[in-house]
Amino acid sequence: MADEVVLLDFWPSPFGMRVRIALAEKGIDYEGREEDLSNKSPLLLKMNPVNKQIPVLIHKGRPISESLIIVQYIDEAWSNNKSPLLPSDPYQRANARFWADYIDKKIYSTGRLVWGTTGEVQEKAKEELRESFRVLEKELAEKTYFGGDMFGLVDVALIPFYSWFYTLETTANFSITEEFPRLVSWAKRCMQRDSVSNSVPDQYKIYDFLLDLKKKMHSIE
Amino acid sequence: MEEVVLLGFWTSPYVMRVKIALLEKGIEFQYKEERDVFEDKNKSELLLESNPIYKKVPVLIHNGKPICESLIILEYIDEVWKQEQQLFSADPYYRAKARFWIDFFDKKTTTCGKKLWANKGEDQDAAKREFVECLKLLENELGEKPYFGGDHFALLDIALIPITCRFYTYEKLCKFSVEEECPKFMEWVRRCNMRESVSKTLPDPFKVFDFVLEVKKRFQIQ
Repeated sequence: MADEVVLLDFWPSPFGMRVRIALAEKGIDYEGREEDLSNKSPLLLKMNPVNKQIPVLIHKGRPISESLIIVQYIDEAWSNNKSPLLPSDPYQRANARFWADYIDKKIYSTGRLVWGTTGEVQEKAKEELRESFRVLEKELAEKTYFGGDMFGLVDVALIPFYSWFYTLETTANFSITEEFPRLVSWAKRCMQRDSVSNSVPDQYKIYDFLLDLKKKMHSIE
Repeated sequence: MEEVVLLGFWTSPYVMRVKIALLEKGIEFQYKEERDVFEDKNKSELLLESNPIYKKVPVLIHNGKPICESLIILEYIDEVWKQEQQLFSADPYYRAKARFWIDFFDKKTTTCGKKLWANKGEDQDAAKREFVECLKLLENELGEKPYFGGDHFALLDIALIPITCRFYTYEKLCKFSVEEECPKFMEWVRRCNMRESVSKTLPDPFKVFDFVLEVKKRFQIQ
């Protein structure tokens, strides 16, 4: 089929969520295929031989990997669309890319240490995560979304991690809602968008999944 | 009037990317060399103000507005100074492909790059194997094309060529030869070095080696 779009995905993956949100924002029809990461499909291994990871978007038979690269591809390939994910001004675009990249560098690996470890390692990670949230709240300031009035790349990059908040709070004993009220208001505002609520699983489901994953990780050590 | 300033440091491959891009595009710019990039207390006020989050070079300052992160700077340059031959492909798929390889390469050089000169024994050997594997994958991606961008020297070529000024250092410290492992890759390196933007930007590999030895001494790395 000429415009066939397939997404190789895994339901709890924040990176998969980003792509789901972008596709939904653009109103793009696609076939979502759930991968079993302990038994990766031949298609996944063929389409992403270098990293063997989801998400992979396959458009007209051609694969694109890495969530933010996929989101930008979606924005560029469906560009005559009413929902641009990036602003048109080059400086604002650079700014959006900068913050999406910051989120990519800081939130996943630090967050993982927060819910995945204990003791001193966890405490250090918690402080680092707090600092990142502080920085992001400052960047958000009084805006509706990170891009201003427009829901865009930076919001897409960050909102999947909202599904981790309950887990982070419970495992590391702190309240993101109390410490970062503006960030949480922003998150709830995003969750009111269909594209987001249909793409980001419930926090309690994610909690069960992450706790299970944590047990498996520790039993391997 | 356009005012373009680039904050950099002579050994940074990320700075070299931006310099090459500016030269390729024929954009006039003022270059400001940082005295030291290892300790915050030695960094310039301008750098600390322009990149408060990471405090790193390169930073491009265009009419007073700073842009950080080399790939983001390259995209910005391409969008602001449009020409017939752009750095990024017009096709979103090839743009995504170039971004993918740069991302892959940057992650690899972050994880194994330092180990090549700062570690010894099995750690260094493992890093060497990973690095060579990475170059082989890139060689495969290059295929029979003159450049990663096809017929034209473009984004991916600009992003990858700077690290090659460190090859002499890696080869000496890790005892291997890139030429032996990846001859096609070295052909591409020589082809790129024939371009003025590259030969004017890349520092002398022997000077880079001396600098790495100095850094090792400074931070007491054996």
